[in-house]
Amino acid sequence: MLKNRLFLAGIILVLVFSLISGCNESKTIKIGTIQPISGQVSAYGIQTRDAIALAIEEINANGGVLGKQIELIVEDDENSPEKTTNAFKKLTAKDKVVAIIGALTSKCTLAITKEAQAKKVVLITSSSTNDTVTDAGEFIFRACYNDSFQGQVNAKFAYETLKARKAAILYDITNDYSKGLMSNFKSKFEELGGQIVAIESYSTGDKDFNAQLTKIKASQPEVLFIPDYYNTISLIAKQVRGQGMTIPMMGGDGWDEITNNAGDEVIGCYYSNHYSPDSDDADVQAFVQKFREKHKITPNALAALGYDAAYILVDAIAKAGSLDPVKIQQAMMETDKKMVTGQIRFNEKRNPIKSAVMLKVVKGSDGKLTTEYAGTVNP
Amino acid sequence: MGFLHEFLQQMVNGISLGSIYALLALGYTMVYGIVKLINFAHGDILMLGAFGGFFVLAAYGVTPLTFILALLVGMLVCATVGIVIEKTCYKPLRSAPRINALITAIGVSIFIENGARVVKAIGPNPKQFPTFKTVNFPIGDINISQIQIIVFVVSILLMFLLTYIVNYTKLGKAMRAVSFDRQAAYLMGINVDWIISFTFALGSALAAAAGILFASAYPQVEPYMGIIPGLKAFVAAVLGGIGSIPGAMVGGFIMGIAETLTKGFISSQLADAIAFGILILILVVKPSGILGKNVSEKV
Repeated sequence: MLKNRLFLAGIILVLVFSLISGCNESKTIKIGTIQPISGQVSAYGIQTRDAIALAIEEINANGGVLGKQIELIVEDDENSPEKTTNAFKKLTAKDKVVAIIGALTSKCTLAITKEAQAKKVVLITSSSTNDTVTDAGEFIFRACYNDSFQGQVNAKFAYETLKARKAAILYDITNDYSKGLMSNFKSKFEELGGQIVAIESYSTGDKDFNAQLTKIKASQPEVLFIPDYYNTISLIAKQVRGQGMTIPMMGGDGWDEITNNAGDEVIGCYYSNHYSPDSDDADVQAFVQKFREKHKITPNALAALGYDAAYILVDAIAKAGSLDPVKIQQAMMETDKKMVTGQIRFNEKRNPIKSAVMLKVVKGSDGKLTTEYAGTVNP
Repeated sequence: MGFLHEFLQQMVNGISLGSIYALLALGYTMVYGIVKLINFAHGDILMLGAFGGFFVLAAYGVTPLTFILALLVGMLVCATVGIVIEKTCYKPLRSAPRINALITAIGVSIFIENGARVVKAIGPNPKQFPTFKTVNFPIGDINISQIQIIVFVVSILLMFLLTYIVNYTKLGKAMRAVSFDRQAAYLMGINVDWIISFTFALGSALAAAAGILFASAYPQVEPYMGIIPGLKAFVAAVLGGIGSIPGAMVGGFIMGIAETLTKGFISSQLADAIAFGILILILVVKPSGILGKNVSEKV
């Protein structure tokens, strides 16, 4: 008898809990995000996650969206495409998220775009600049400019501002981001009348570049274009100077955070970025101030893009008035709003049309490396 | 820059890289010589050594004196870790089939890598290794950086020291005896357990030195940093003839030079393929490796 009663009580308890959790589920709207919280580009992943969380907090404090609070579910991809796929499966199958912000790097995002398109999950990557990212279909968006633009910006800057006529490129042949920037830089620089005197490559994870740099040095370039992420750049820069080369180096937005992750070798180098935290734009200043208050550091460009991506997505959900992915997708296409990284409007390939800033690495008055605004290039 | 200059410059690059491989390969070869175990955790000891040096240099700044201190601290820490690993993981398996110890070594390797990720002080994210400011010494058209010189000189000094210990001290004699015939050495009154521990300590200390030199040349430390150099050094040890100390040195330099020359004159994508191709070629022609000869040479 007692056993039976206990059994019954157990069943009731399970029922009650499932009801409670059921209620919870309908109260929130779940949004997933896949970011490299650990590993080679963790400085990006952590700040992007924090910026997205900041945006979601603000939205929730203002009453959420469609009368519900938003719940952000964060997954770590460790900058590995396989782990990104796993995270995507978890978010869509287990958590049943409405939409996903991510992944951060192009190679990780490319690992999930086809599946997101097939499953009709609205996916917005904050910072994957590789051109082919949005090719998978109409459900894939991005909040940043793409590499054909960024490569051209760098080529133009090298040719017109630095007055370089001979450029060399060292790139990661196993990385979609690096490859895309390499080819776009090369075609634009040659179109302008410059000459690419050396193109050398390496693979992700390589640490010794002396052999390639010796070859590059022999070709006597005036500028060296290295499109990769900050951790690899700091290694390459050290060896560039170790080989006795004093020419300026330049790169894309993957250089963001270089000032916290490299030595004096990168002084006098240039890179293109999505925004400058020193800008006097009101949206930029408001964001920088809020982020600083919470995390005690100046947000990098990836954080700004993450913040914008969250707002683009939530605005679209509000405009769609439903959680139907097709309606959210349509609302996304109608986005036209001034945000932190500029006016956001999508073209037919779901790429925003924005301008890029060029930054120069300099030594600050406190002896630490910092960046200096070196110009804006419009599309 | 003519072809000859470029070739000489690539040789400088290759020798610098090769000396790190050689230093690391010594650890593999010594442990194999004594207990017939491929210690796959050796590359991870390199990582721990690099972090040991990292903490010293981060705390006291980079001067020649702190660099030597970093080397000593890293080597001491890793020697201890090497002994602990040997006592806890490999010793209980000494009479078990060899494959058990091999799998344990892989387990230890994964444990150290992921353990380092969890420990707060190390963590999963890459850190900048404090290092000397780059200074160049141009010799004609050839350029040598002071890091390359430091790497080469320290490696050669340590290799001489090791050769001295193994060949001219009582301890070295005991090591050679244990390697030659453990049972007989035991019957002659040699404390075999202590000699095996000492070998692990010596190998691990060399790995730590290699780690600090590696991190000085490529200034970034993270938990997985030892995997690739570990693998390459293992190949170098097999190439030179596993169990042979001069073989490990020769193998290390061949690997470093082959890798650099392939990158410099053929294609950077083929660097590993050709380096490992050399290994296959040598093993086909001479299965015991370049200097791997009879048992009496092994240590």
